Amino acid sequence: MRLGRIGKATFNYAVIVFFVIFTAFPFYWMLIATFKNSSDLYRPANNPFIFNQPATTENLRLLFNQTNYGNFVLNTLVVGVAVVIITVVLAVPAAYSLARLAGRWGEQLGIGMFMVYLIPPTLLFIPMSRVVTILGLRDSILSQIIIYPTFTVPFCTWLLMGFMKSIPSDVEEQAMVDGYSRLGAIWRVMFPLAMPGILTIIVFAFTLTMHEFIYALAFVTASEHKVISTGVTTELIRGDVFFWQSIMAAGIIVAVPVAIVYNLFLDRFIAGFTLGAVKG
Amino acid sequence: MAVVETRGLKKHFGDVKAVDGVDLVIQEGEFLVLLGPSGCGKTTTMRMIAGLEKPTHGDIYIGGRKVNDFPPRARRVAMVFQSYALYPHMTVYNNIAFPLKAEKMNKQDMQQKVEWAAGMFNISHLLNRKPRQLSGGERQRVALARAIVREPDLFLLDEPLSNLDAKLRAMARDELKQYQRQLGVTTLYVTHDQVEAMGMGDRVAVMSGGRVRQLGTPQELYRTPTDTFVATFLGSPPMNLVEKDTCILGFHPEHILPAEVHRDVRDPLHIPFDVTRVEYLGSERFLYGLVGSAQGPTKIVTAIPSLVTMPIEAGQTYDFVIDRGDLSFFDKSTLLRIAPVPFAHDSARVGSTS
Amino acid sequence: MSAPTVAQSQPVEETRQENWKDNERVLGVAMLLPAGIYVILLVGLPFLMAVLFAFSDVTIGDPALDTLTLDTFRRVLADPNFQRALVNSFIFTIISQAIMVVLANILAAALTRNFPGKWLVRFLILLPWATPIAIGTIGWLWMFDSVYSPIDWIFRNLGLLKQIGVGGQVGILKNATNMYWLGEPGLAMFSVILVQIWRMLPMSTVIIMAGLTSISPDIRDAVQVDGVGWWREWREVTLPLLRPILLVALLFGIIFTFTDMTVVYVLTRGGPPPNATQVLASWAYIKGIQSGNLSEGAATVMFMLPVLLGVALVMLRIARRTEVR
Repeated sequence: MRLGRIGKATFNYAVIVFFVIFTAFPFYWMLIATFKNSSDLYRPANNPFIFNQPATTENLRLLFNQTNYGNFVLNTLVVGVAVVIITVVLAVPAAYSLARLAGRWGEQLGIGMFMVYLIPPTLLFIPMSRVVTILGLRDSILSQIIIYPTFTVPFCTWLLMGFMKSIPSDVEEQAMVDGYSRLGAIWRVMFPLAMPGILTIIVFAFTLTMHEFIYALAFVTASEHKVISTGVTTELIRGDVFFWQSIMAAGIIVAVPVAIVYNLFLDRFIAGFTLGAVKG
Repeated sequence: MAVVETRGLKKHFGDVKAVDGVDLVIQEGEFLVLLGPSGCGKTTTMRMIAGLEKPTHGDIYIGGRKVNDFPPRARRVAMVFQSYALYPHMTVYNNIAFPLKAEKMNKQDMQQKVEWAAGMFNISHLLNRKPRQLSGGERQRVALARAIVREPDLFLLDEPLSNLDAKLRAMARDELKQYQRQLGVTTLYVTHDQVEAMGMGDRVAVMSGGRVRQLGTPQELYRTPTDTFVATFLGSPPMNLVEKDTCILGFHPEHILPAEVHRDVRDPLHIPFDVTRVEYLGSERFLYGLVGSAQGPTKIVTAIPSLVTMPIEAGQTYDFVIDRGDLSFFDKSTLLRIAPVPFAHDSARVGSTS
Repeated sequence: MSAPTVAQSQPVEETRQENWKDNERVLGVAMLLPAGIYVILLVGLPFLMAVLFAFSDVTIGDPALDTLTLDTFRRVLADPNFQRALVNSFIFTIISQAIMVVLANILAAALTRNFPGKWLVRFLILLPWATPIAIGTIGWLWMFDSVYSPIDWIFRNLGLLKQIGVGGQVGILKNATNMYWLGEPGLAMFSVILVQIWRMLPMSTVIIMAGLTSISPDIRDAVQVDGVGWWREWREVTLPLLRPILLVALLFGIIFTFTDMTVVYVLTRGGPPPNATQVLASWAYIKGIQSGNLSEGAATVMFMLPVLLGVALVMLRIARRTEVR
C-alpha cells in the first residue's frame, strides 16, 4: 500500500486525532464538569459537554474550603520532593558504583537491582503496613517518605547505571591524571555529565510517587495527612454521595501544570531513557 | 638521568597476560615510542605508568621515586587520550586550567599559565569555546595544552594522531615532535602505526604478546631486527622472509635490485626472481613475485626507485642481486636473529611461472 | 619558550599516598551500600514477612505469629472469589497489555514526525499520566456511570441506545437507555481494561519513542532508498531494532498491570458482584486490609510470584542477549 506524501500526512493526523480524543476527552469533560451546576450535571438528557446552565465556581469553593484539598496538594508535594531527594541520594552513587566500580559483579548486581523493582507494592503492602505500625508511623507522611523509595530506587538505579555506562570513562581517567582523586573525578566530571540522566530519574520518581495509591491508602487514614490520590478519593466520597465536580476539579488542577512540566522535559526524558535502557 | 623506569612490569587479567614482563628506561627529554599491534600490551603498559591500572607484578619509578602506590594525581604525569577526553561541559580555558585548579593555584598564576600553554599551541583565540565547537585538530591542541600546563615530569600520549584525517597527520607529526623538542619534556608515545614510530621516536620499543621484542633507535630496529616479528612489523613494505634449509633469510625490499643495475656490490648474492606483478607508484615500483626457498616458491616484494628505468615485465624471471651485508638471518625455530650463515649461492631455482 | 614561573602552590608531598578517595574498592562498596542496605531492609525483610504471613494464621485481630500452617493456602485456593480473581488477573493483564503495546507503537510512530501543534498534542497525550491515577479513574467512573454516562449520551443521540422518555426510538446497539458499563460483567471487564490502557498509554508511548530515537537515521535513509513499504519497514527493520526496549516496556507493563489494584478497586471494587472484575491485588487488599485477614491476603498475593519470577527470567535472558551484542 503506497500512500503519497499528503496521504501519509493525513493518515498521520487521523491517527493523532484518534489518540488525542482517547486520552484527553475525559479531561475535557472533567474541565467542564468542574464548573457545572449540579442541576445541569444530574440531568442525563443534558449535553454533558457544554454548559446548559450558567457555569459556577461553587464546586471549587467546596473543594478548597470544605475539604483538606490544600493539605492534600501540600502533602503530595512534600512527599514528592522528599522521595525524589532520597531517591537521587541513594541511586546516583549506587548507579556509579555499579557502572564503573563493580566490574563483573556490576552487571549481575545491576540486574538484581532491576529485579527488586519487580516485587510490586501490592505484594508488600500487607507486611509493609505492619512495619509502619510497628515503627509508629501510622498516619504520618513520613511513612510514605520512607517507604516510597523502595519502588523508585531500584528502577532509577538501573536506569542511571545504563546512562552512566554510555558515558566514556576516559574523561574521568583524564581528571584523575590531571590531579583529582577518583572521588574528585566523579564529582567534577561524571556528575555534571550525568545530569540529563539524573533529570530523567527525578521526573520518573516524582511520577511514581504522585500516582501511588495502595501504600497511601494503607498507611494514612487521618485526613489532614493524606495525599491527593487518597485524599480526594476518600474525602470527596461520603458513602454513596460523590462530589463529582469537586473531584474533577481536584484532578484538573493537578493535571494541567504537571502535564506542562512533563512536556517541557519530555525530550530530555526520552534521551535519558534511551541511553539508560537501550544503550546501557 | 632516567625519568621513567619499569622493572618486570606485569599485568594479568585473570588468565590473560596483557603485559608479561616489561623493562623500560626512558631518559630525560627522550621521545620513546611503544609500537605494536592491538592487544600487544602497549596501552596497558602506559596506563600502569600513569597509575590507571595496578600492576600485577613489578615496579615503576618516575623521577627516581617508586610510584607503585601513588594514585595518578601524585605522579606528576600528563596524559593525552586517543579521544582527547576534553571535558565537554567546560570551556577550552577551563579545560586547560583544570589541572591547575587541582593544585589549588591562585587565579592570576593560573591565567598566566593557561595563556602560555594556549599560546604554545596557537589556540589562544579558542579559549572561550566549548569542545563541541572545535575541529579535530583544534581539540588535539587543547588536549596538548592541558597536558603541558602543569609542566609534568612525563608526557603520555595514547595514539593521539589516529583520530585525525590522513592529510593532517603528517603535519601533526611534525608539529608534535617540534613541541616536544622545544619543551624538552620526556615523552612516552603509544601507537600501532610504524611510520609514526619510526618518524618520531628517539627510540622505539616494539611490543607483542605483552613483551618488548626490541628496544632501540629506528635505525637499529630497521637494520638489525632481533626477531622476525620486529622484522616484518617495520617497513612498508616489510622485510621479506625466505626460508632456507638451515635458517630464515630476511632482506628489505629496497636492498635487492636487478643485477644489471646493482653493480658495485661488495659481497653479492644472486637470486633469481620471477616477477608476477608490477605496481607503478611514481616514486618507485613495487615488484611482486617468487623466489626459491626450502618450502618451494615464496612470495616476496621488491622496491625499485624511479631512478632505475630498466624495464621490468610481469611473467619474466630476472637476475636480482643483494649484498650479503644487507641480509638478516633468523633461527628457524626460535625466530630470533642469529649470526650470518654462510652459503655459497642461492641454489634452488624456481620453476618457470610463464 | 619556557613556562612562566609561578610560586609552587600545593606541595605534591601531601597528596602522594593513596587515600580512601582513590581506593576503588572502598568507594565502590561505600557508594553502593546506602541503596543496598535500604533495599534489603525495606524490600527484603517485608518480602520475607509476607511469605511468613502466608504460611500463618495472622489477622489484625490476632497478630501473633504463633502457628505455621498450610491451612491459609488451602482456604484461599478453595475460595471461588480467589479463583475468579486469578483468572481475571490474567485476562486483565494479557488483553490490556497486548492492545496497549500495539497502540503505543502506532502513537509513538505518529509522534516521530514533526507537525504543527505537536507540543499541544504531546500535552494532551500526557494528561492521563499527569494526574494521580486514582482521580483519573474517578473521572472514568462518571464516564461509565449507569445513569449519567456521557458516552451513553452520545450513543443515545446516535441512535445506538434508546432515548430517554416515553416513546423514544429503539436503540440499535441495545434496547435500553444506558449501557451499564460497570454493571454488566462482560462490559465491566471491558471498562476496566479500557481504563488501564488509557492510564498506561502515555508512559509506554514515551518508552517506545525512546527506542525509536535510538534507531540511527542512516537506517531510515537506507530504507527510503530501498523503497520498502511502511509495513515491511516496520516489521523487518524497526521492530527488530526496537525489540529490546519493546520487551522492557512490555514486561514492565505486564508486571505493573498484573499486580495493580487501583483501577479495579476504584472503578468496580471488584464487582459487579460477586467478583466479575476482581483481580488478585484488589482481592488481597479487600481480604487483607479491609477484612483484616492478613494471612489470607498475603497468601493471595503469593500467587503473583510465579508470574513475576517468569518475567524476571525473561528479563535475564534479554539482558544476556544484549551483552553478547
